[in-house]
Amino acid sequence: MPLSFIVAWIPGSRIRVLPRLARPPARITSLLAGVASITWVVTGASLAHADGLAGATLAQKGNGGTPACMTCHGAQGEGQAAAGFPRLAGQSQAYLLKQLQAFAGGERKNPVMAPIARSLSAAQMRDAADYYAGLPGWKQAGAPHTPSAQYAQGLKIATEGDWTKEMPACFACHGIAGEGVPPHFPALAGQPMAYTQTQLNAWRAAQRTNDPLGLMQAVAEKMSDAEIAAVSRYLENPSRPGKEK
Amino acid sequence: MSFRTWYESQKQTRKFHPGWIVMAVSGVLVVAGIITIPATLVAETAPPPAAAAPPAGTSDHGKVPGTDMPKVIEQTPDPARLRNAKTIQVDFSPPPDETMPTGEFGQAVRLGKAIFTDTQTYARQYVDNKLNCVNCHLGAGRKADSAPLWAAYGMFPAYRDKNKHVNTYEERLAGCFRFSMNGKAPAPDSKEMVALVSYSYWLAKGAPLGVELKGRGYPQLPKPQQKPDAARGKQVFEANCALCHGADGQGTEMSGRTVFPPLWGKNSFNGGAGMSKVKNAAAFVHANMPLGKGNSLSEQEAWDVAQYLDSKPRPPDPRKGKSF
Repeated sequence: MPLSFIVAWIPGSRIRVLPRLARPPARITSLLAGVASITWVVTGASLAHADGLAGATLAQKGNGGTPACMTCHGAQGEGQAAAGFPRLAGQSQAYLLKQLQAFAGGERKNPVMAPIARSLSAAQMRDAADYYAGLPGWKQAGAPHTPSAQYAQGLKIATEGDWTKEMPACFACHGIAGEGVPPHFPALAGQPMAYTQTQLNAWRAAQRTNDPLGLMQAVAEKMSDAEIAAVSRYLENPSRPGKEK
Repeated sequence: MSFRTWYESQKQTRKFHPGWIVMAVSGVLVVAGIITIPATLVAETAPPPAAAAPPAGTSDHGKVPGTDMPKVIEQTPDPARLRNAKTIQVDFSPPPDETMPTGEFGQAVRLGKAIFTDTQTYARQYVDNKLNCVNCHLGAGRKADSAPLWAAYGMFPAYRDKNKHVNTYEERLAGCFRFSMNGKAPAPDSKEMVALVSYSYWLAKGAPLGVELKGRGYPQLPKPQQKPDAARGKQVFEANCALCHGADGQGTEMSGRTVFPPLWGKNSFNGGAGMSKVKNAAAFVHANMPLGKGNSLSEQEAWDVAQYLDSKPRPPDPRKGKSF
């Protein structure tokens, strides 16, 4: 089977990817296999990686069968708030790469991203991750947040957590202003509310399980719906700690 | 029909006299009084919250008691039980931050919290490593089983074996600066010390004085089945701790601020710190680590990883001059 052959040759591919992709050939799998083989032959992984523009090309034009990343993630990787597509710009390379691998491997279940990630070679994943890691991260745009009880609750969860139920603050691991702590803890500041909310729900429901040591699941399972909504609202446009009265 | 005519007519029936209602109601009230009045008297024997004078020497203690009083779940123990304060554990929850007082005292409390959570900025000159108080006292000094301030405050002054004399709370805090922060203590009347004591006092507001509160210190572990072993501990460390603290134990900094604290080496606590004792480190780790997943390591794993930390170099105990 061509796919398993290719996967085995992808540099740095994980062993557990192999059995999953090599499962009995659904029509989609063989189609993907075809796309992947063609892509592999046409671009050539090492060549693409050597070219610094490869990531930008993927982001802006896609790779033939795969749509351009920017279609959903925005021209500057800023995401799409209304649709809940996450910001990628400024996220760490290691984190982005890990997510692409998780989409392909199924630890992160997402019907849109799974086929896209599976159509990418290991080198293309690295290129895309490199590209978005190199774009500027979120900066407070100056537009102040709308003060509300929900925002205040979100601020408290993000900066202090709630230790009466063993729930640490988001910023205890994700950086003092939610800017992320590479390689394991992604930036949270500036993510669309709908995205953060979906992810926290997915952690809580064990539909997303690619966190190191199960750390994120352990936090999410202690959160109520209201707390998830509040902290997601806050993280969309977090005020700087210390400036909030 | 007016009430009066109804009352008079009912009086004549012999079946039902309205005066019975009055009798029944007053009977209930008397019985309720017998139950509630002694209970109120018992509650009044609890020490009033202002029993300990605020060290900051200010009259502003915040809002009206009752509106924001923290919750003491168990009634204050009677004096006979108090004699065994060491063994009594009373539940207590510190007041929420939203109820922090205003005015001068409120400012001291806020500064205390700021020093506590960002010691590197607010008490820079007293610290000679990269730790913040909150690294060992999680949740800004609130988290139970992580040496919370509210449980420590009411236990001083006390005699300590560590320095063989009676220590005030200020002196206890000074010890933290000297050993855990590997620095030098702020003077008792410095604004930093006043702020830290104010913050502790406020967190302990409403807690009984001199009583062991549930969640004080780190819950000590029973002796491990196998002797703690640094080699096994290294494996525990690499599997569970290195993710945040780094394989080299030096923690993680982001733009010059400590996110995950260094666990050994020149930027960590020194050999005189409580945390440098294997049993304390094991207790802390077991109850609180990995962050958000306390009590997930086995007791043996906690002992082993504590032994591993102990095998690493750190600044010497300033009382002994042990080599680094």
